[in-house]
Amino acid sequence: METIIDPLLGGLLEAIQPVNLMMMVIGCIIGLFVGAMPGLGSVNGVAILLPITFLVPPNAAIIFLAAIYYGAMYGGAVSSITLGIPGASTAVATVFDGRPLAMTGRGDQALMAAALASFIGGTIAAVLFTIAAPPLANFALSFGPQEEFALMVLAFATFIGLGGDDIPKTMFSIFIGLVLAAVGYDIISGNPRLVFFDIDGFLRGVSFLVLAIGIYGIGEILWTMEQSGGKMQVHYVKSSFRSVVENMKKVKNYLTQTVFSGVLGYFVGILPAAGATPASLMAYGLSKTFSKDPESFGKGNVVGVAAPESANNAASTGSMLPMLTLGIPGSPTTAILLGGMIIWGLRPGPLLFVEHPDFVWGLIGSMYMANLFTVIINIAFIPLFVRVLVMPFTILAPIIFVLCLVGGYSPNSSLHDVWLMVLFGVCGYILRKLDYPVAPAVLAIVLGGLAERSLRQSLLSSQGDPMTFLERPLSATIFFCAFALVMVPIIRRILSKRPQAAGT
Amino acid sequence: MTVRTAELLVAVILALLSLGLMWKSTELNIGWVAGAGPGGGAWPFWLSVGMLVTSLWTILRWFRRVTPQSRSKEIFMSADTLAIVGPVVVGLLLLLAGTHLIGMYAAVFLFMIAFVRFLGRHSWFVTLALAVAAPVAMFLLFEWALTTPLPKGITEPAFYPIYDLIY
Repeated sequence: METIIDPLLGGLLEAIQPVNLMMMVIGCIIGLFVGAMPGLGSVNGVAILLPITFLVPPNAAIIFLAAIYYGAMYGGAVSSITLGIPGASTAVATVFDGRPLAMTGRGDQALMAAALASFIGGTIAAVLFTIAAPPLANFALSFGPQEEFALMVLAFATFIGLGGDDIPKTMFSIFIGLVLAAVGYDIISGNPRLVFFDIDGFLRGVSFLVLAIGIYGIGEILWTMEQSGGKMQVHYVKSSFRSVVENMKKVKNYLTQTVFSGVLGYFVGILPAAGATPASLMAYGLSKTFSKDPESFGKGNVVGVAAPESANNAASTGSMLPMLTLGIPGSPTTAILLGGMIIWGLRPGPLLFVEHPDFVWGLIGSMYMANLFTVIINIAFIPLFVRVLVMPFTILAPIIFVLCLVGGYSPNSSLHDVWLMVLFGVCGYILRKLDYPVAPAVLAIVLGGLAERSLRQSLLSSQGDPMTFLERPLSATIFFCAFALVMVPIIRRILSKRPQAAGT
Repeated sequence: MTVRTAELLVAVILALLSLGLMWKSTELNIGWVAGAGPGGGAWPFWLSVGMLVTSLWTILRWFRRVTPQSRSKEIFMSADTLAIVGPVVVGLLLLLAGTHLIGMYAAVFLFMIAFVRFLGRHSWFVTLALAVAAPVAMFLLFEWALTTPLPKGITEPAFYPIYDLIY
């Protein structure tokens, strides 16, 4: 236990260093805002703002970006409750009961429940994270390239098995992301590769940031502009100090479900394709199923707000676990964080705990601190956020586009990257309209280089015999899990067809 | 164009793109190199094969009308959508072209005016405040704090006095 407590205390101290603390608070506020804006989620905020973090040291940068991630989980609830539209996909389940609560004048209660539940869920997940991360990283130290490759296959298999999107389109998205990662130089022979039309810009490769900003900055804004044709109706929420205290006391009404949802969210969040959205929906569904009066759900039950909010916050922390310990991101947002770590010169994976303990523990410490700060900021500034939400999109969109422009340009000082980014944005928008999921491509471009390296190293050491992946017990187990995941939709289809066949 | 047509069209384009990528990958060895493992082209080649197969799979599903898109008779890009998305995309392309020519600062200034005033129909006060604030913030953040010069095109000389001030 001491092996955890000492570094954790060190991490907490690291997290309250002036620079880190300041970045954390700014990150929380930006995250709250980004999460609350309909159409923007944590992934958009992190993708668009990553280039700006080159201003500060990596420790402060990751704390800043992680704070945006948590903040966005809190913020999503604000627009779900006051506008009735989820501020981010992760807050979809919060609308079900948050909206009826706001319409019946209990909006302040819903917002408080969301904030407190987020805090509880986030803290539970941070504790689970702290306990699980060091042993997992230690275990992962024994992984060879075979296991590394197997883990990446597993990460992609979760998208096919659990993503719920069209399967060939999901697979296409994975493949194209991996191909884009292969552009530039062949890592082993050093020969230029896939340099399209002999344009020199491709020699540098296609940065994951170009794809991520293109898709989550430009493509997503185009999508949101198309969707948000109609006017929104805001339900103003009155809040006072007395009501804050009163609502605090009501926590015990939904504490059990909140704690349960936090644990659930954490474990669902670890899976790459699952993440915060399904976690919150599952938490909502389970709370309803096990509730004494399931009838009240959907009509304004506070538990219906607390459970999903606890789960989505816990999931965001859970998705950090595979990123930090295995180098496999647990969500699109952590994929971008992982890409950022590579830019900062850190090699993600189990060695990170050994080589950069201050970085890892600083981030873990910031999980606790960021949760605390977000809940305080959230409660204090709820009325302000509601005002900001009515900011028209025609002002926000050009600001985001300009951020994308400079964010795409500055990492390599290259306009080639910016053109590519706009191209990806427009293509991503069109593909999204046709139900091609874009998250697998972003994950794939981040993991592509590592996947290729581990595959080729494995094959080289086995003289080209692919059985090497199945001869090692660990990698065989992981491959088996991946295979089982891919079978999930097939089995589900067979099961769903059977009763139909019996009926006709 | 209906969603149904769009799905087929896009799947065919993606299949052709995959073929192009396969052909491009063969510039490097896609087979086994003795002592060095798989050749440099093998990884992208087989991934492109994967892209091709999944695109053909989508086309097959289109023929069998499995996907919701392949059954949809809706217009893929309605006039309303085009009226919103079209000008934005054109604006972005002009912003980039403008960056090459007159530099990022001037291009952003004009882009803001076009977007906020003519697409958003906000007041001139809001428009000009944003159009001026954006380049100033960019300059302070990138040129001054990050020391990453942004492209200035033919407007470069206008920045000489400011350079003298900060460097």
